[in-house]
Amino acid sequence: MLRAEGLTQSYLSGGRELTVLNDISFALEQGGFLSIVGPSGSGKTTLLGLLAGLDRARAGRVVLDDVDLSALSEDERARLRAERVGFVFQAFQLIPTLTARENVQVPLELTGSDGGARADELLARVGLGKRGHHYPAQLSGGEQQRVALARAFANKPRILFADEPTGNLDSATGETIVQLMLELNRDFGTTIVLVTHDLALAARARRTIRLADGRIVSDTAA
Amino acid sequence: MTPGFVIRLAARETRAAWRRLLVLTASVAVGTGALVAINAFSDNLRGSVRDQARALLGADLSLSSRKPLEGHAAAVLDTLAEGGRTARTVNFAGMAYVPRTTGTRLVQVTAVEGDFPFYGEITTEPRSAWKDLHGGPRVVVEPALLTQLDARLGDTLALGEGRFVITGTVTGIPGDVGVRAAFGARVFIPAATLESTKLLGFGSRAEYAAFVQLPAGRDAQALAKQYRPRLRADRVRIRSVEEDRDNLSETLGRLTDYLGLVALIALLLGGLGVASAVTVFIRRKLGAIAALRCIGATSRQVFAAYLLQSAAMGLLGSVIGVVLGLAIQRLLPGLLQQFLPVTVTPSISWRAIVLGLGTGLWVSVVFALIPLLGVRRVSPLAAIRRDYEPARGRDPLVLPVLVLLAASVVALAALQVGSWTSALAFTGGIGGALLVLWLASWALARAVRRWTPARWPYVWRQGLANLHRPANQTVTVVLSLGFGAFLLTTLFLVQHNLLRQLTLGGGAARPNLVFFDIQPDQRGPLVELLREQGVDGSAPVPIVPMRINAVNGRPVLRVTGDSAEWATDSTPGGGRNSGWAFRREYRSTYRDSLVGSEKLVAGKWWEPRTDGPGAISVEVGLASELDVTIGDTITWDVQGVLLPTVVRSIREVDWARFDTNFFVVFEPGLLEQAPQSFVILGRVDDPAARGRLQRTVVERFGNVTTVDLATLQGAVENLVDQVTLAIRFMAAFSLLTGALVLVGAVATSRFQRIREGALLRTLGATRRQVLRVVLAEYLALGGLAAIVGVGLAILAAWAIATWVFEGPFAVPVPAVTLLAFLVTAGTALLGALNSRDVLRLPPLQVLREE
Repeated sequence: MLRAEGLTQSYLSGGRELTVLNDISFALEQGGFLSIVGPSGSGKTTLLGLLAGLDRARAGRVVLDDVDLSALSEDERARLRAERVGFVFQAFQLIPTLTARENVQVPLELTGSDGGARADELLARVGLGKRGHHYPAQLSGGEQQRVALARAFANKPRILFADEPTGNLDSATGETIVQLMLELNRDFGTTIVLVTHDLALAARARRTIRLADGRIVSDTAA
Repeated sequence: MTPGFVIRLAARETRAAWRRLLVLTASVAVGTGALVAINAFSDNLRGSVRDQARALLGADLSLSSRKPLEGHAAAVLDTLAEGGRTARTVNFAGMAYVPRTTGTRLVQVTAVEGDFPFYGEITTEPRSAWKDLHGGPRVVVEPALLTQLDARLGDTLALGEGRFVITGTVTGIPGDVGVRAAFGARVFIPAATLESTKLLGFGSRAEYAAFVQLPAGRDAQALAKQYRPRLRADRVRIRSVEEDRDNLSETLGRLTDYLGLVALIALLLGGLGVASAVTVFIRRKLGAIAALRCIGATSRQVFAAYLLQSAAMGLLGSVIGVVLGLAIQRLLPGLLQQFLPVTVTPSISWRAIVLGLGTGLWVSVVFALIPLLGVRRVSPLAAIRRDYEPARGRDPLVLPVLVLLAASVVALAALQVGSWTSALAFTGGIGGALLVLWLASWALARAVRRWTPARWPYVWRQGLANLHRPANQTVTVVLSLGFGAFLLTTLFLVQHNLLRQLTLGGGAARPNLVFFDIQPDQRGPLVELLREQGVDGSAPVPIVPMRINAVNGRPVLRVTGDSAEWATDSTPGGGRNSGWAFRREYRSTYRDSLVGSEKLVAGKWWEPRTDGPGAISVEVGLASELDVTIGDTITWDVQGVLLPTVVRSIREVDWARFDTNFFVVFEPGLLEQAPQSFVILGRVDDPAARGRLQRTVVERFGNVTTVDLATLQGAVENLVDQVTLAIRFMAAFSLLTGALVLVGAVATSRFQRIREGALLRTLGATRRQVLRVVLAEYLALGGLAAIVGVGLAILAAWAIATWVFEGPFAVPVPAVTLLAFLVTAGTALLGALNSRDVLRLPPLQVLREE
């Protein structure tokens, strides 16, 4: 489903080359649930970005759902994301000028379908069936993240990338989000890649990759 | 406060962020540039008028009249000339004809006697041509005439029955305004040969002038004052160098005042640019400001530092503006050349430079104040809590700052035009326009929020949603762009309507040739000639020159009474006040029926002729100027014969329609025996045939003046073009500033936009889709600015056309639509260009900045 081969990423910083990721390789099967952990600056988010095709690696390649991302243009990768990838962010990243329902519709509308019914169904699924007409500012943090989760699943993604999805939430609210992710993983067979530094959350995944200084230091199955 | 800290902070902030404040600097620079250019030009112009005043008149004193200067006027002239010198000229229109090339053209003839001008020089090519003019039947002409007639030096030029040798071309006439040439090239002949032309027949319009060079030590102005009342009674005008200079300065001052206001508008729009640039800058700085507050900076220190920074960038903008202005200053004399009777040499005007620097700096400070007020309210808490909500509630200082802003605008306008009333009207006008634009943008945001159909494609809905998002730029963009569009469209519409009013001979049956000054004995032969040539000519219309002697039994001199009212006489061109209506020469006609361009609005058309005063019909506007109505009596002075009449009807006349229109029409039976000339209107479609006919007429009737309306119309259009070119040039600065403000406004939400663009792309949007979101937003913004700006302009232009030019008004829909479209498309293009980072940066980079 997802394969990283010798991923290396570096940035120029103050005239010196700064290596963020160094020769990362692993493979993840369809329907798997992987967590990536590590301290700040270990390269977690960079890795997530490369895996999702948000950026290009300096070396190595990513094969997502049998497609080699390094061979695609930016817009082709966007197309791929619209069709097969879902995202959840720490800061929710809802569009403030659209209602909850419209936010969920966005990925569907980008591919040309209407998605109203699907949005209603998903909002009901995350327990916000009656809040669809509310704007993000009118929702609590937990509710916003549930909308984000509904949005992530709108296009029935083959894979979901989650970047610290509970980072901005209190533990009880965070737990509901995790439960929802697990349910969706189970019900739709969606592959999940979760980046976190919350070890308790990471332990819920079936497999954990630990990063330090841009290298994999351990890769353990639960 | 610790000034040292504040200055260091301001300097450090500027060192790190000056690029971000470039919009501020550029906005101030463009407006200041326009202002400095126009003020410096105005100073140069005043200086030139002062230096060249004597050459403009060519003498110390001049007398002029529609009649030959005889009797009392001649006596005055003799007295004035004691110990000095005199020269005379006669000016009139006539047909010039070159037999060799058969070219004919309407020209303005000046017959010169004596050493005119005494001051300044009429330059000719060859140089000796002017000096030798009096050596025989010679003529010097404007170079353009040679081209028009396909003639060359040495050719014979016929004027009426006179024959002249073209001995030179005129290259410079002091005080002559270029646009005059539009109505006929000027030609100069010696006065001794005037008689031979036989052009000054009865009814011809000529101006007789005399010029006096006083002996040293005599005060021209005192003499002018002394003789004016008596000369005025004889309808002779007397002018002195000083009065001419003052009047000219005043007239030109009004022109430059007006252009200065247009420049001031550009600078005020630049103020909007300042405000939006500071808004963006401060928003980026909130974290830094909170951190500064945490470590102990007071809100006053922070406020002072950022204010100082804005002032410094504003000052830089003003300095750039001054340099820019000095460059533009050199272009202005060229643009306005056709209207300037003096040669303007650009020179440094320190007054304009200091004024420009001060105004630019002041505008940047005052407009920066409003966004900067918020700096005082940034809490140190914001440094540790990311989602810290800024203080709510009204800042008590906002109102005083707004009042200061309005007062500044009034003061700057007053400084520019030197009148508080005009300054208040100007501020009120701008305020009104801005208010309408503001309301429109508010309504748009509201309407979009409420009524965007849910069925619309996502990209459009998202783009429109940006119009009412938090911290949206709808108001700023609509205000600045709408105002620029408003100014330019108003100018365009006024120009269009002026020209349209002057568009003659449009209809198939409209006359396009006018034959003037036909003497009674030429009437029959000319009609016969036109019939032979197959020309559809009108019946000859009689014209009888006359003046008003008395209204309702009161002699006109007493009606207008005091001399103060008559003092307007010295204004060049004469003000059209009631005094003028009493004093002017009327060219009236007599006929038994109304013509197509007339409508009776009161009274009755002729009843059978009875004894007692004859009946007349008066044009409605004139009736109100003279304050007469049905039944009032007017006694006319027809070439010395007094003719009592009674007003029987009032007519409305469509002056825009080309016809033989008259202020006063007499009933038949009163004027048939009076000295008169005739006019015939005709139509010839083919320009070549029109030219041939004019030649035939000038060959057989040398004194008959032919006006080709197509040529005249071209001249008028050219004239209006020239006037509006200068105004449009200045207005372009407003549009340029408008574009800068747009750039600044786009930046106000640039970061939010980039983040959202990245988010959309993360969710799978292609660049094209993101671009469409941006385009939707800017199309809506530009469209609204265009529609409201154009709508306001239509209102304003209608008001100007109705009340200032008192003419009909029409909107050229295709042109105005195109204008609105261009503003909209330009906005969308600029918006897209400015948002290209949204498309360029990889999404991960943006999301990592969280």
